[in-house]
This record gives sequence, structure tokens and C-alpha cells, in this order.
Amino acid sequence: MKFPVQTSPHVEAPSSVADVMTTVLWALVPGTVAAIWLLGWGVLINVLLAVGAAWLAEALMLWLRARPFRPALTDRSVLITGWILALCLPNLAPWWLPVVGAVFAVVVAKQLYGGIGYNLFNPAMVGYVVLLVSFPEAMTRWGAPIEDGAASLSFAEALQWSLFGVLPGGMAFDALSQATPLDQWRMVLTQGGEVAGAGASIWQGGGWSLWLNLAFLAGGAWMLWRGAIRWHIPVAMIVGVLVMATLLWGIDPERFADPLFHLVGGGVIFGALFVATDPVTASTTPRGRLVFGFGIGVLAVLIRSFGNYPDGVAFAILLMNLAVPLIDYYTQPAVFGRKGRAGAGEEKGS
Amino acid sequence: MAEPRLSELALDGLWKNNPALVQVLGLCPLLAISNTTVNAIGLAIATLVTLVVSNGVVSLIRDWVRPEVRLPVYVMVIASVVTIIELIMNAHFHSLYNTLGIFIPLIVTNCIIIARAEGFASRHAFGFSVFDGFVMGAGFGLVLITLGAMRELIGFGTLLAGAEQLFGPMAVDWGVRILPERMTFLLALMPPGAFIGLGLLVAFKQAVDQRTARRARAARAARSGEPAADAVG
Repeated sequence: MKFPVQTSPHVEAPSSVADVMTTVLWALVPGTVAAIWLLGWGVLINVLLAVGAAWLAEALMLWLRARPFRPALTDRSVLITGWILALCLPNLAPWWLPVVGAVFAVVVAKQLYGGIGYNLFNPAMVGYVVLLVSFPEAMTRWGAPIEDGAASLSFAEALQWSLFGVLPGGMAFDALSQATPLDQWRMVLTQGGEVAGAGASIWQGGGWSLWLNLAFLAGGAWMLWRGAIRWHIPVAMIVGVLVMATLLWGIDPERFADPLFHLVGGGVIFGALFVATDPVTASTTPRGRLVFGFGIGVLAVLIRSFGNYPDGVAFAILLMNLAVPLIDYYTQPAVFGRKGRAGAGEEKGS
Repeated sequence: MAEPRLSELALDGLWKNNPALVQVLGLCPLLAISNTTVNAIGLAIATLVTLVVSNGVVSLIRDWVRPEVRLPVYVMVIASVVTIIELIMNAHFHSLYNTLGIFIPLIVTNCIIIARAEGFASRHAFGFSVFDGFVMGAGFGLVLITLGAMRELIGFGTLLAGAEQLFGPMAVDWGVRILPERMTFLLALMPPGAFIGLGLLVAFKQAVDQRTARRARAARAARSGEPAADAVG
């Protein structure tokens, strides 16, 4: 009797770029719906503008570089870049903010480095940081969460505000906007005062940022279950945040926020699940992923506590992106049957 | 050593072997001072004069300097020239001098100057060395000024603002606002903007060169009557 012999891999998983990206897109849905629910229609307008601009910028760059359109425009990675960027932006942003950020992310951070698979830095985070350092005023237009009972805009009103900067009659911009929890904490940190109060504010008003983080967590759990991401980076990053925050808080609870505040007060959960896990710019070895994630967590808390900007997750991710080649070099797993790192011996020989 | 043709020297300094775009030397002042056009022009002129004078002096003393001590001697020559320029700028363009600050004395450490002294002036006659210093300085300066204009336009929305620092009271209203203030892109004024701007200029030069080479190949192929095999590349 003859058995057909097949070569490995014997178990196949749906693992094309487009499949993984589709999973990520679906995983972004609960967090986005929660953000629209809590922060208003501005979030949806940002997402639409950023995704559209990113897609057009990708098409334009492919045409300029004389590359085939189909693979890059249908693998959906550029949609994720735009979407993730949009979720980082203030909900009362003017229309050009997501557009400029998405175009910069795709043109400079992705296509100029050679397109998908070649970019050194996470494009969405590059776009976000460029906006943050270039347009400090526009990047602070955060509207108050709807649960707080502040005035809110309908979809048409939000669109009007985004495109023309016109608010419905009798409504002042100050009635809509509010400092984010991290902004509040930062003011207290730099001007002196009671941090405990600022930290506690996040738990008032129904703890809206908690709901947002839970929604992102749900999407992340689904990605984990589908195998689109692995647990190493998110877990290591959250551990890094907790370790560093506990350390600082233990030293001086009057000055530094408590670890839970750090965990839910900004972009830690979102960054850990959706941004740091970007397969192109993250470390690729299991141990390397742990180092990479832990480094982001530690740096994010340090930048929040001692840096110039309220949130440090984006900067921390970009800094650790820079360290990825080094991390990958020192964390190569040993080849079975050999002692020491794989590749180290060969490199000396050549 | 055989003296090169002047036209070749000029082409080298201004385009083919441009100090900023091809040799990528002197990045520190190039990136730090190119935030406004006027700053860029000031530093471009200072660098140009330094290159011309130091190349000339090095060429004149090239037969008396022993090879073992040539580098310290060149550095002394360059440092003296830069000191003279610094004192002149302090006396006559004081506010520009204050703006440029440490980057005037730092011209001494600009690699282009020692590179031209060592690579060209130390083995060529006086006239050629001065000419080489001039075209190399001009090549560097033009890139510096282009980058300065780009960054000022995008970052401040103006061109030639503060020209009176360099050209005196008659230039008070030379500065023009081209973009309204709300349309400016702050990133261009920051160090990343300088790097991105220089990268785009280098890419522009490469694109022009490739285009020229492709045209030349196509023309040659057309003359010899054969299809250009690599005309697409």
C-alpha cells in the first residue's frame, strides 16, 4: 500500500497579509464603536478622512514608484495605518489634521522606506508624532466625553466643524472641550498640587476610559484567538508599564500617578494590542518580543512622567522600533542541536 | 600633477561631486543652520570665503609643509581664516553673528574644508585651488540656501525674513510672507525636517542624474541604430 507523502507544513493557517489585516480591521471595530459612542461622531469622521487619505496616498506613491497597484492596495495594511492614526487624534480635530497625518505616514514613513515590509518605523505612530510636534494647538482639541453630560454634536454638526470650523449657533468651543486625564495629571505634575485628585478623576463620570479600554481589549483578545498577534508584546508592554509606574508611585505617591491610572488613562492598552504588535516594525523573536514590549512600557511611563508631552506611548514605540535590529540580533533562538545563538558562529566565519 | 580643466572643476563642485548632496560632508552646519534663508546665506558666504582663502593658503605653502605635520598645519590655517571671518562678522553683522552663534567657529570642523585642503589644494597650483574652493563653497552654499528656503517657506511661511541682519537697513522689507501663518508646518523647522529636506534634495539629484543617463543611452542607441536594451531602467 502506498501513502501519499507531503512536505511540510502539514497544517495550514490562513496567513496571507490580507487575511491578517482583515482580522485586525475587525478587531478595531469594537474599540472604534465605543470611541464613537463615548466621544462623538468626530471619531468616525477622523477615521473616514484618515483611511481615505492614506489609501489615496498609497496609490499615488505606488504610481510614482512604478509599482503594481493590486497587491499593496488590496492587502488592507494601509487602511489599518489610517484607522489607527485616526483613533489617536482628538475628536474635535479639523479635517486637515487626519489627512496630513495619514499622508505623511504613508508617503514618508512607509513608501519612502520601500513600502510594506520595509518600513523601519510604525507609519501610524510617525504620522501621529509628526502631528503632535507640528500642530500642538490642533492636537489638543479634545471634546469632553459624552457621558460627562457636556454638549455634544450630531453627525452633521461634527462634519461641519471638521470641514469648516463652524459650530452650531450659540455653542462655544470651550463648552465642548476638556483636558484629557493625562493632560490634567501633567498640569498637576508641572505646576504642583494633588495628583491623587487628578488620578481619581478618571474613575468619576462612569469611568468612560475604562469602557474604551475594555472594547479595545475585546478586539485584542479576538486577534489573539485568531492568531493575528501573539501574546508576548502586549503582555510584556503592560508588565513594563506596571513595573515602572509602581516603582515611581512607590517612591513618591504624591508626585506620580498610580499604576492603574497609567494603564487606562492613555493609549497603553490600545498601543500594546494594535500598534506595538505591528509585524513589520516589531521584534520577531519570542524573547525579543518580550524585551521590545517591556522596553515600550518602561519608556512610555518615563516619558509621561518626565517628558514634555502628556502621553509617551507613541514616542516609546518609535524608540523601540529603532532598537529592533539590535534586539533581534541578540535574541536569536538557538538552532536545535547547537549550543549558543544561531547565526553568531557563521557571522564570525564569513 | 596634471591640472584639471576649470569647467570640470566647476561641474564637480556644483553638481557631480557636490559636497552636500554627493559627498554628504558638513552635515552639522547644513542641518542646524538651514532653518531660515538668511541664516543659510550668512553661513554659506562664511563657508565659501573660508574655503577660498584656506585652499589658497594651503596651495601656496604646499611645497614647504612636511607630510608628517600637514594636517595640524592645515587645521591652523583654517582656524586662523575662520577667526578672521568670525571677527569681521562680529563687527559688521552683529545680529546675524548672534543668530549663527557657535556655528561660525564650528566652520573649522566642517569636513569639506579640510577635505579640499588635503584632497585638492595640497597638490594643485594656487589658481586652481582658489577656483576649486570657490566652486565647492558655491555648491555647498547653494544646497544650504535651497534647504534654508524650503524650510523657511514650509515652517514659517515666509522667505528672506530678517534680511536686514545680513544686507543692512535697505533690506528691511525684503522678507515676504507667502503662506498664511495657520498653514505652516512646524516640523520643517525641527531637526527631522532638516533631515527629510536634505534627503529629498539628494533624491532629486539622483532622479535628475538617472534621467540624464537614460536620455544619453537612448540617444546613443538611436545613433547606432540599435534598440536601447536598458532604456527602461
